[in-house]
Amino acid sequence: MIKLCHIHKFFGANEVLKDVNLTVNEGEKLVIIGPSGSGKSTTVRCMNGLELPTSGQVFVNGIELTKKNRTELVRSTSSMVFQQFNLYPHLNVLGNLTMAPIKLFGKSRKEAEELAYHYLEVVGLSEKALVYPTTLSGGQQQRVAIARALCSQTKIILFDEPTSALDPETVQEVLNVMVKLASESITMVIVTHEMGFAREVADRVIFMDNGTILEEGTPEHFFLNPIHDRTKQFLGKILY
Amino acid sequence: MIEQILSYESWMAFFKDWTLFAQAFGVTVMVSVLALLLALALGVVFGVMSTSHHALPRFIARGYVETLQNTPLVLQAYVFYLALPYIGVMIGQISVGIYAVGIYHGAYIAEVVRAGIQSIPKGQAEAAASQGFTYVQTMRWIILPQTIKIILPPLVNQMVNLIKNTSVIALIGGTDLMNRTNDWATTGECIYGPPFLVCGILYFLLCFPLATWGRNYEERLKRRDIQSTDKPAATEEAAS
Ligand SMILES: Nc1ncnc2c1ncn2[C@@H]1O[C@H](COP(=O)(O)OP(=O)(O)OP(=O)(O)O)[C@@H](O)[C@H]1O
Ligand SMILES: [Mg+2]
Repeated sequence: MIKLCHIHKFFGANEVLKDVNLTVNEGEKLVIIGPSGSGKSTTVRCMNGLELPTSGQVFVNGIELTKKNRTELVRSTSSMVFQQFNLYPHLNVLGNLTMAPIKLFGKSRKEAEELAYHYLEVVGLSEKALVYPTTLSGGQQQRVAIARALCSQTKIILFDEPTSALDPETVQEVLNVMVKLASESITMVIVTHEMGFAREVADRVIFMDNGTILEEGTPEHFFLNPIHDRTKQFLGKILY
Repeated sequence: MIEQILSYESWMAFFKDWTLFAQAFGVTVMVSVLALLLALALGVVFGVMSTSHHALPRFIARGYVETLQNTPLVLQAYVFYLALPYIGVMIGQISVGIYAVGIYHGAYIAEVVRAGIQSIPKGQAEAAASQGFTYVQTMRWIILPQTIKIILPPLVNQMVNLIKNTSVIALIGGTDLMNRTNDWATTGECIYGPPFLVCGILYFLLCFPLATWGRNYEERLKRRDIQSTDKPAATEEAAS
């Protein structure tokens, strides 16, 4: 489904990803953890062409993602949920949700709105369809962002620290929505430090450190017997 | 000139020919509107080009902006007027004026548009890219609509300058308000006072309301921004 082959990424002279190899299978829920600056975001952003690797290849559904085809390839295959929500402030919630279906997928306004109301119900915000994003709480905005991603009806959704910008009280409402999605056939790649959530939904967890994948395994593996000292150290910090 | 302004006879002579002035005023209004439309179109196109990721459109946009901003409008108008016939383009002075003023202010509006685009947070374009919007679609549906609020005050400023600068037509012999005023004043009895006074008042009546509206809009915007940055602080206080 998504394959990263020998990915190296430089920002200037700074090598941020050092030979990252990773395959995300269809329907898999993959959680990426790791300290700040370890390259988690960059890895996920390589999966949808927001960053292009300096060298190495990215495949989505068997097709190599390139500078040329990324817009089209991404449109039909993946969506993304950002830490800062990135809702479109000049459009109301319904407008945020129907924009891509209408402009990109050729749906009629009526079809797009039905779709939007359906996914608003999934995230529990049907009554907010006509308000503007800035009037919503962080947790609500993020749930709208998830609904917007769902409206593209792609098989893959990428999450980059979806709860890190939220007040502690609202983290759970977003995680609940994500747990609900995890029960479906969607492929989810999630950068998060919410280990309880990871334990509940992840098929596999990878730990990144300093631009490499240092360790991978099931959530249980990480809770019970992580191998590397770096991993233990990091888990020690986020679990207690 | 002062005596003429106080002289009943010179006002009578002036009012006898008021239709000439009304007609010339109409020309100035028409030239302003058409030049403005041209300037807006050029400004948006070159403003978007100057934020492109590709070097060539950026280079072209820079060349346009710098050339037009760093040479006098009067020179540009003369060049258009004198050079166009050489390349087989025969158009009247009024049309030359529309093109010259439109192209000149297009360069300024391009800079206004560029600044507007650059003030929109990067996350907006990233969200659009993650949904599969192309660069042009992103500009059209997501970025430019958000810039309108920001660029309106400097845009109004440009409109006011544009209206005043249409008077360059007088120099190449088109019968706009400025030209007609000068013509009328310097023929026959040389009555300067009333025509120049009225000419100034007419320009003022076009520009002042526009400038005032722009200033008020900006004030309202500032007040609203202050309020909206106050809000989170207020809720934090309430929560603590
Ligand atoms: N656009 C950029 N230009 C230059 N350096 C960048 C850029 N984006 C990321 N970096 C650098 O690359 C490194 C990895 O960044 P990345 O955002 O992938 O880390 P991360 O694991 O997501 O960290 P965090 O937990 O803080 O989000 C960091 O050192 C960061 O400073
Ligand atoms: Mg990150």
